[in-house]
Amino acid sequence: MTTAVTIEIRSDADIVEARQQGRALAAQLGFTLVELTMIVTAISELARNIVLYAGKGQISLGIERNHHMTGIVVVASDEGPGIRDIKLAMQDGYSTSGGLGLGLPGIQRLMEDCRIESTVGHGTTITVKRWKR
Amino acid sequence: MQVPILKQGANLIATVQTALSDADFEQLRRSLMQQVGRFRSRGVIVDVTAVDVMDSFACRTLRDIALMIALRGAETVVVGIQPEVAFSMVQLGSTLEGVVTALDLEEGLAYLDRSKRRDEGGGSLS
Repeated sequence: MTTAVTIEIRSDADIVEARQQGRALAAQLGFTLVELTMIVTAISELARNIVLYAGKGQISLGIERNHHMTGIVVVASDEGPGIRDIKLAMQDGYSTSGGLGLGLPGIQRLMEDCRIESTVGHGTTITVKRWKR
Repeated sequence: MQVPILKQGANLIATVQTALSDADFEQLRRSLMQQVGRFRSRGVIVDVTAVDVMDSFACRTLRDIALMIALRGAETVVVGIQPEVAFSMVQLGSTLEGVVTALDLEEGLAYLDRSKRRDEGGGSLS
């Protein structure tokens, strides 16, 4: 992956910034309006999770190419408390923040190749992609 | 970014013109709650035609707005959700359950008008 831009996430205003950067990059890669909206919605949720659970972190946006396809890669990383039980967090309706409980499963439906790495006490890195067809 | 709120007869029309931060959404909620009381409004329209992304927070805030305004005795209609935004909302699992929606401002106003006449008609019968 080639990283195109990294956005520091500290407050809700940075969520808007991450969405705008994501929209610009996805548009530049030629995604359709529907795909673009799905990508931006996922970025918004990932950035919100950082603000909500870790307080601060980064969203990196990148481009990945293989023989036939181009894709956008979104990496959300923080040094927050980490996810204790990833399997549980992936279930619809589960939330520890008293919030919505549809974060991760929803993001997975919007994107492809969802990868979660998390160490309790050290932080979380979530990588999602979307390929252009 | 403040959302302009227009008073039109018994209704308030809030037109969201740009991407809102969480703080902006909360500000919108506060303003609408105040103005419904000040103008004794019966209906509120939140026009989101220009909104290009609705994440879980935006959905929840809109749902809260509709519920709170209902407790104040007025009715809320969310209008103008774009097709691609609707698609993403459903994929995300974030819907506006319990909130009245309409295609656009015109349909939203027509709904509030019908609703108002129903109220008045019901009153005269009893």
